[in-house]
Amino acid sequence: MAGLELLSDQGYRVDGRRAGELRKIQARMGVFAQADGSAYIEQGNTKALAVVYGPHEIRGSRARALPDRALVNCQYSSATFSTGERKRRPHGDRKSCEMGLQLRQTFEAAILTQLHPRSQIDIYVQVLQADGGTYAACVNAATLAVLDAGIPMRDFVCACSAGFVDGTALADLSHVEEAAGGPQLALALLPASGQIALLEMDARLHEDHLEQVLEAAARAARDAHTVLDRVVRQHVQEASVLLGD
Amino acid sequence: MAVEMRLPVARKPLSETLGRESKKHLVVPGDTITTDTGFMRGHGTYMGEEKLIASVAGSVERVNKLICVKALKTRYNGEVGDIVVGRITERRRSAEDELAMRGFLQEGDLISAEVQAVFSDGAISLHTRSLKYGKLGQGVLVQVSPSLVKRQKTHFHDLPCGASVILGNNGFIWVYPTPEHKEDDAGGFIANLEPVSLGDREVISRLRNCIVSLATQRMMLYDTSILYCYEASLQHQIKDILKPEIMEEIVMETRQRLLEQEG
Repeated sequence: MAGLELLSDQGYRVDGRRAGELRKIQARMGVFAQADGSAYIEQGNTKALAVVYGPHEIRGSRARALPDRALVNCQYSSATFSTGERKRRPHGDRKSCEMGLQLRQTFEAAILTQLHPRSQIDIYVQVLQADGGTYAACVNAATLAVLDAGIPMRDFVCACSAGFVDGTALADLSHVEEAAGGPQLALALLPASGQIALLEMDARLHEDHLEQVLEAAARAARDAHTVLDRVVRQHVQEASVLLGD
Repeated sequence: MAVEMRLPVARKPLSETLGRESKKHLVVPGDTITTDTGFMRGHGTYMGEEKLIASVAGSVERVNKLICVKALKTRYNGEVGDIVVGRITERRRSAEDELAMRGFLQEGDLISAEVQAVFSDGAISLHTRSLKYGKLGQGVLVQVSPSLVKRQKTHFHDLPCGASVILGNNGFIWVYPTPEHKEDDAGGFIANLEPVSLGDREVISRLRNCIVSLATQRMMLYDTSILYCYEASLQHQIKDILKPEIMEEIVMETRQRLLEQEG
């Protein structure tokens, strides 16, 4: 794409953001009454919905039950209308399976599974509009949904993507920036302790730059945490007023 | 057929209408509750590097040296002595079980029982060793969040409006017509299948809608709150109770009456 510069000389990106700036995040918890926990998040133009059921009895074969902890089962699905071209298979394709696996790894690290042995926790995430950073939006939405369900977690899990263009690390990539083909990294962080739940990159990046990109992603994830923290506190505040003293 | 339609309206945060702030200490996961190591940790907390950290989003409750965080919505955690209402989904298939129980309780039956013991992995064992427990006959089941059922001395209530209610701690609430005479010979295993009168059925429907309204507005459910809500709803038709504006009105009135009664 000739003529499309991802980072201008003044330091502005395609959508007018600075290098380390996040897109606007809006989130809501408890969107579905029937599910144990649910949440909706919008990160810029990326919209994701997460629903959590559990903990409950293991469905299917009892043999899969773990005697000392809960099984976390994640499914990722992206709506057929979520991308520019209509998607053929909303779920079951390779990318969805891989995302599901990554989400599972992320949440197994954060949820205190030892408190619910022999049970299963189901997390279903659906992307309604994909404009870059889908893994991050899914993780953020799923965190809120798990909190809404009252499932104990070590900490929030906040995720963000980051890339590298012209010697500068960019945080929270949009679809245009992702499609440009540079290296991109997805990071899921537990903000209070700074521990990394998942770090994923499948591109080539020189190791000298890794530190910088990782730092940008971590800072952006913490910024996302500030927003999500505010959303949760407001939700808890409102609900506790209703329940009375 | 009458159809009612309404356009979507932005939800007002309900705490605005109540006009007061919560005085409780609210936490989210990852928040440090205290760095004092003298406290025992209860549900909703875990110990991490010398500090007590919250693991759910909710309010902190402190009872002497025990700190726990009560989440807004949780799945039911059994405690010994709780009353639960539930449906039998699966049976143990052993020989003596066949001989003894099949005659009384079958798969698919709705029963009330008491929690006898809680195992370390969270499984609970129930018993129906009293005449007040057993199979439930005709009535209406309402499912609400377990955190909305208030812990009381008794969960079986005969309401003065003409129906009875069992408030299961697991969030399953059973509304049924008050039995005319206490059948103390059959116990809880014979279901009463006599037809229920129209008056009783109306009372039960109204009670069910009131319970649903209280649960939607996140009010604690106990005999007094359900009764006040029933009385506040008498001026409306039964089916109107589920409309959002009427629901708000009724629950607001219930809240007022409960505050007056306490104050």
